[in-house]
Amino acid sequence: MRRRHKTLGVIETQSLTYTYPGGNKPSLRDVSLTIEKGEFVILTGPSGCGKTTLCRCSNGLIPHFYGGELKGELKVAGLNVSEHPIYEMAKRVGLVFQNPENQLFALSVEKDVAFGLENLSMPRDDMRKRVDWALQITDIEELRERAPHELSGGQQQRVAISSVLAMQPEIMIFDEPTSFLDPLGAQKIFEVINDLKNKLGVTVILVEHRLDLAARYADHVIIMDEGKIVLDGEPREIFNSETAWLLGVGVPKAVRLWHLLQENGLVLEGTPVSSEEATRFLREVLKR
Amino acid sequence: MIEVRDVYFTYPTGVEALKGVSLTIGDGEFVAVMGQNGAGKTTLVKHFNGLLKPARGEVLVDGVSTRDMSVAKLARKVGFVFQNPDHQLFCETVEEEIAFGLRNFGFEAATVEKRVDWALNLLDLTEYRKTSPFMLSGGERKRVALASVLAWDPKAVILDEPTIGQDHRQKENLRQFIVQLNGQGKTVVVVTHDVEFVAECNPRVVLMSEGKIVAEGEAKKTLTDTTLTLAASIVPPQITQIFLGLTDFGLPIDVIDVSEAKRILLDYFEGMKR
Repeated sequence: MRRRHKTLGVIETQSLTYTYPGGNKPSLRDVSLTIEKGEFVILTGPSGCGKTTLCRCSNGLIPHFYGGELKGELKVAGLNVSEHPIYEMAKRVGLVFQNPENQLFALSVEKDVAFGLENLSMPRDDMRKRVDWALQITDIEELRERAPHELSGGQQQRVAISSVLAMQPEIMIFDEPTSFLDPLGAQKIFEVINDLKNKLGVTVILVEHRLDLAARYADHVIIMDEGKIVLDGEPREIFNSETAWLLGVGVPKAVRLWHLLQENGLVLEGTPVSSEEATRFLREVLKR
Repeated sequence: MIEVRDVYFTYPTGVEALKGVSLTIGDGEFVAVMGQNGAGKTTLVKHFNGLLKPARGEVLVDGVSTRDMSVAKLARKVGFVFQNPDHQLFCETVEEEIAFGLRNFGFEAATVEKRVDWALNLLDLTEYRKTSPFMLSGGERKRVALASVLAWDPKAVILDEPTIGQDHRQKENLRQFIVQLNGQGKTVVVVTHDVEFVAECNPRVVLMSEGKIVAEGEAKKTLTDTTLTLAASIVPPQITQIFLGLTDFGLPIDVIDVSEAKRILLDYFEGMKR
């Protein structure tokens, strides 16, 4: 399953193949994809399928930091990543790592969030405003003076998200950003990210296993397995695909329920990807 | 088997993590402790094997206060699997890792060997016997941590956030494994905020908020009560959320399972036809 594209992508790869230094097989194999500006993309697939590697390519950590062998084409925000150093890519692409401990290093939360902005030489007053805003929307204002390494996993994740949001890059990549957060906290973070996408036209890539929580925000779903892209398309189309089910992807419960009802002879239209949609669709059927 | 009586606990930093918690966990029970970040879940379960001792109140394990037993003795009964396996693993090979605890508890060499084989097999790790735990993936390391605890066959096992970083299939394997362990009579306590995982396991649920237990009971009742879930900063399972919007059709809201949801809806449609 391949998508047809209307416009040039903000991220485009063509036959991208990558092997880590010392690796005996490629972690990405012949990856060709297009992500359009302003899309909310969910990237998922079994552990070790290459999701994180693809994220690292998108902001230049691969090949500039990790080394290894990169073949094929990789263009992000119009730039050929191999030719532009990480500091240039970082202005355009923000990446929230899977493990926040690997990302935070400053002596206070506030300094961590301000770090990227200092590097952009943003005027002091603007910077203060931006940091306040980023701390506020991630709900960590009261942690401002605390040392990041003393915080809990969930709090650290909020700091890491806040640091990337503060930069307001045109592409934001989140690698399982809420794994340590309680469900209500995770939902609020997804809402914030989705809001930024709608208001600022930011392109969002979210790596996530818990599709019950995240599927509702997606415009585009990409599923990887063993370094390859196996599915790439509209959420509804993907969640109805047998391949996704066979791969053991966590297809949302709403879709599972829909399939079970259809298998039992109910004639239902559409595919609900969230509980709200399932409720709405069911109400219409129940009223008949 | 574990009895918590009006326990208070304050960390040296001044954070009051537990404020009067009482809870009884019976032999062979399966309990999920849920609640918001910082609610005191991990602090509570660390009292079960004596890693923490209460400031006030007491914790009894098989009738003996944890104050009167060494952590070594308690660990023999109550095994603890940490959230982050890297905080637990340190040996050079997976085999050594699993043997370590057994030797510490003074098992004979022949028994150690047998138990190691058994645990490797149980968690599908035999091929990694001679591998360094640090060469393994996060999910595999979690299994090594679990194997090293199960090897000494504790009466109860506590798993702190076992589903973090696991993909959907690994989670399903873990669920089956836990249900099987519990079926063989082991007491299982899981600390988690993974609502869908709990909905599929169907344990007794203990909801915590700000150092206190705010509710306990069947998953079907606790996870579907929106006042309680809000207090504990969790969201009801997706299936429940669907049914919450259908109450005016006379449908129930205490539904957490996909198959049950299917049955209820099919029955309803069947009734409509008649």
